[in-house]
Amino acid sequence: MNAPFDPQTSSLDQLKVGTRARVLSIDWAALDEAEACRLKHFGFDEGVTVEPLHLGPFGRDPIAIRVGRMTVAIRRRQASAIRVAPTSH
Amino acid sequence: MNPLPLVAVAGSPNAGKSALFNALTGARQKVGNYPGVTVERHSGRLLLGDGRPVELVDLPGAYSLDPASLDEAVTRDVLLGKQKGERQPDALVIVLDASNLDNHLRFALQLVELGLPTIVALNMVDLARRDGLELDPKALERELGLPVVETVAVRRRGIADLHAAIDDMLSAPRCGVHDHVKSDLLHLQRRAREIASAAVVNETPVRRWTHRLDSLLLHPVVGPIILALVMFVMFQAVFAWSQTPVAWIADAVAWASGIASDLIPAGLVRSMVVDGAIAGVGAVITFLPQILILFFFILLLEGTGYMVRAAFLMDRLMHGVGLSGRAFIPLLSSFACAVPGIMATRTIDNEKDRLTTILIAPLMTCSARLPVYTLLISAFIPNTRLMWGVGLQGVVMFGLYICGIAGALLAAFVLRRGVLKGGSSGFMMELPKYQWPPLKDVAIGILTRAQIFLKRAGTIILGTTIVLWALASIPQAAPGQKQSEVSIAGHIASGIETVVKPIGFNHDIALALLPAMAAREVAVSAIATVYALDSSDEDAVEKSLAERLRHAWPLPTALAFLAWFVFAPQCVSTIAVTRRETNGWK
Repeated sequence: MNAPFDPQTSSLDQLKVGTRARVLSIDWAALDEAEACRLKHFGFDEGVTVEPLHLGPFGRDPIAIRVGRMTVAIRRRQASAIRVAPTSH
Repeated sequence: MNPLPLVAVAGSPNAGKSALFNALTGARQKVGNYPGVTVERHSGRLLLGDGRPVELVDLPGAYSLDPASLDEAVTRDVLLGKQKGERQPDALVIVLDASNLDNHLRFALQLVELGLPTIVALNMVDLARRDGLELDPKALERELGLPVVETVAVRRRGIADLHAAIDDMLSAPRCGVHDHVKSDLLHLQRRAREIASAAVVNETPVRRWTHRLDSLLLHPVVGPIILALVMFVMFQAVFAWSQTPVAWIADAVAWASGIASDLIPAGLVRSMVVDGAIAGVGAVITFLPQILILFFFILLLEGTGYMVRAAFLMDRLMHGVGLSGRAFIPLLSSFACAVPGIMATRTIDNEKDRLTTILIAPLMTCSARLPVYTLLISAFIPNTRLMWGVGLQGVVMFGLYICGIAGALLAAFVLRRGVLKGGSSGFMMELPKYQWPPLKDVAIGILTRAQIFLKRAGTIILGTTIVLWALASIPQAAPGQKQSEVSIAGHIASGIETVVKPIGFNHDIALALLPAMAAREVAVSAIATVYALDSSDEDAVEKSLAERLRHAWPLPTALAFLAWFVFAPQCVSTIAVTRRETNGWK
């Protein structure tokens, strides 16, 4: 996987609401089979643009994320397996 | 005889598949279960231009042929002709959400690989336009090599065109069916994006109002407040709107028993018809108004897209006891009645989450237990005021509800760490666009659910009432004997009494426990009957039941009875529905 300590990158759960980012890599091994399958179904893939839109009211979990033209909700733990780089706009 | 040609409607969740299916088949639908699984099978008929009927089946929503849920597994198996009790479809209608092509086309591409005659319904083109998305269906047709029809299923637009296209498809000669060619998911996804971008003519970025609405409804502070208000209105409606129809039903039942009493001479037959059959039917339909109102709200919340938002808001809290946010609405509905609550758990795709929710739902204090609580509290708890506006009786009532909830959460916690351990990935959901569901679709949904309720719970409640009547009335008491002791039920109650005596129950309670199995609130009338049947003097009958109980039962007995009702085994209809919904596995 990518270098873990690049200030330009972060995991998706650390991304601020409203910040767009490009998916660099997904740590499929950190997810169980059904979770990985679902993420693929939602269109998570290297290179796609994602944007956190809303956070759950308790513990800021789950996270609503725009991926492609869809909005999906995943838990913070699942989002932490996704490595992203914020895009400038 | 040849079976009718079978056309399957397939698509991803939230593509508007069910609305399209409803638009094509109208109210002529059959809802059943696929054999051996708890997945619903919706089917209906469609007439072709030459009058030939076709069977249309609405497959469960799926993101791909590689299943991540039970629904998706059924969809795959039906499409590949491997589903038990279902023939392989002769043709396909693929439903796509026009504003979500790059995702939905991936599944469509997998379906196209099957080689069945296929039509694509490009659905919700109005919402896509609202989002500033201009599409070229001709380009999509070229790229996919399939006929594409633009539809707005909820407004019934484009349905005639789609109907005509199905007609053409089934009239054309058939070619062979391929086996499932398994293309790589990510490869398909990339191809889907290419096709989607080829089909998009123009894309103006507009602030979508779904996003704006979500900023309010999913707001960390405002969101939960709105959710609480929505739930409050729902409960208010369930109890307030149902009062009038319930009164009508009570009148109708009284009227029917009056007629029956006039027609049939006094004796065992009259007693069976009046106290057994009519009372049984009455008990079933008294439940209907509340349940239908509850279903109305559940369907409305599902149809508008708010249900998923409620799950989003509550997920973290539910996650604490090992459940997903999806369990919230079913559990809340169980405060009115566990039966619709359990039926609403179908939206939870994780099997273990779903089973846990089903098992704890009956611990929520359903409305049928309310009369029992009210009676005993008014009889035994002094109506003292603790502080301004807060009375002891109210506090006890509240406490009983809290006991139920605490018990349920504890049970969930234990279940998720014991028998139902693992796999709490239940919360990965698409947040669909908000839309107003056509009231006709809501009506169809209420109708099919009412049928399911009457078939599953109704027959059981009716049957149990008649059996219990027989137990309580045979053999008939001779003058001077107590009916409640002579009857079979009386003997059974004496048997139960020896078992439950240590926890403080007396013979009357043991007797009331039997009919309370059919329906909780019947316990009140059962106790009333026991005292009424046994008493000879007129005044005593008129004495209020609460008054009588206060003299007959010591306080600990009353409290034991209340505790029993908080945690007791469920009523028969709940057990029946639980069995159906879980296919019997426990």
